[in-house]
Amino acid sequence: MNGPHDMGGMHNMGQIPIEENEPVFHSEWEAKVFAMSFATFVNYFPVDETRHASELMPPGQYLSSRYYERWLYALELLIIKHNLVTEAEIEERIAQLSQAQSSSDQR
Amino acid sequence: MISHDPRPGTDIALRVKAIESLLIEKGIVDPAVLDTIIDAYEYRVGPHNGARIVARAWIDSDFRQRLLLDGTEAIAELGLTGFSSEHMVVVENTADVHNLIVCTLCSCYPWAILGLPPTWYKSFAYRSRAAMEPRAVLQEFGLEIAASVEVRVWDSNADLRYLVLPERPQGTEAMTEAALAKLVTRNAMIGTAKILPPDSPIEPIVEDAAP
Repeated sequence: MNGPHDMGGMHNMGQIPIEENEPVFHSEWEAKVFAMSFATFVNYFPVDETRHASELMPPGQYLSSRYYERWLYALELLIIKHNLVTEAEIEERIAQLSQAQSSSDQR
Repeated sequence: MISHDPRPGTDIALRVKAIESLLIEKGIVDPAVLDTIIDAYEYRVGPHNGARIVARAWIDSDFRQRLLLDGTEAIAELGLTGFSSEHMVVVENTADVHNLIVCTLCSCYPWAILGLPPTWYKSFAYRSRAAMEPRAVLQEFGLEIAASVEVRVWDSNADLRYLVLPERPQGTEAMTEAALAKLVTRNAMIGTAKILPPDSPIEPIVEDAAP
């Protein structure tokens, strides 16, 4: 596949972002995306499919995303493709959680 | 794990929570298993595994030869074969050759041996530049490679992962395998650092130098 992921030799990507003593995960959602991906690619689809799925991300999005955002993109694509969860269920659950969060914020 | 940053991450954190709650509800993932996976990669799997391989190679030249000939087999001898490190090639740094590992396509890395890769390894900057201008990249890590030393860059892929066998530093002849392993850093096993000689006398030697 010839996509933005084929990065060797690309120009203008800047300095290497070296972070001293960095944590394994930078937030809870990163850890959860990793763990859910790991748990599903062990049991429901091969890891190679996950890799391929992340390469299907549209180039503009790929180049502006963070690492675990690309993992999330692949996870979502594959759980929907393999009929584990529907897109509508995800959107509905986000709306529910977001409403619950804003009502608890107001309290 | 660090506390979440409420602003930039909010939407994505909510999205992840939604997916997590659905997968748990449907019995597709088990929350205890998710915690076990996170715990394993935060605390149990990491560069200390790779350091054991390097230290063994430094003290046991037969092992070193087997390791360079067939990394997969030699690593299996130490019981360190694991997920995402099934096929391994070990490349040796010498006075004439410096090796550097990258994954230009994404982030292939020997998880069972080094843990999950650092952010810089997964960055667009490192992926795009490591093969094109390795010496400039190494300078950003504070590593100057003499012009007389050949730099070899290895591009990892889904099926094959690399490990650098760094040079054993001077002044470590009397050190035990376990003490040697403590000197070995993650970056040295990727090729973005060298291993520095220990700056203090080695543990078993009685301190008799003090005036």
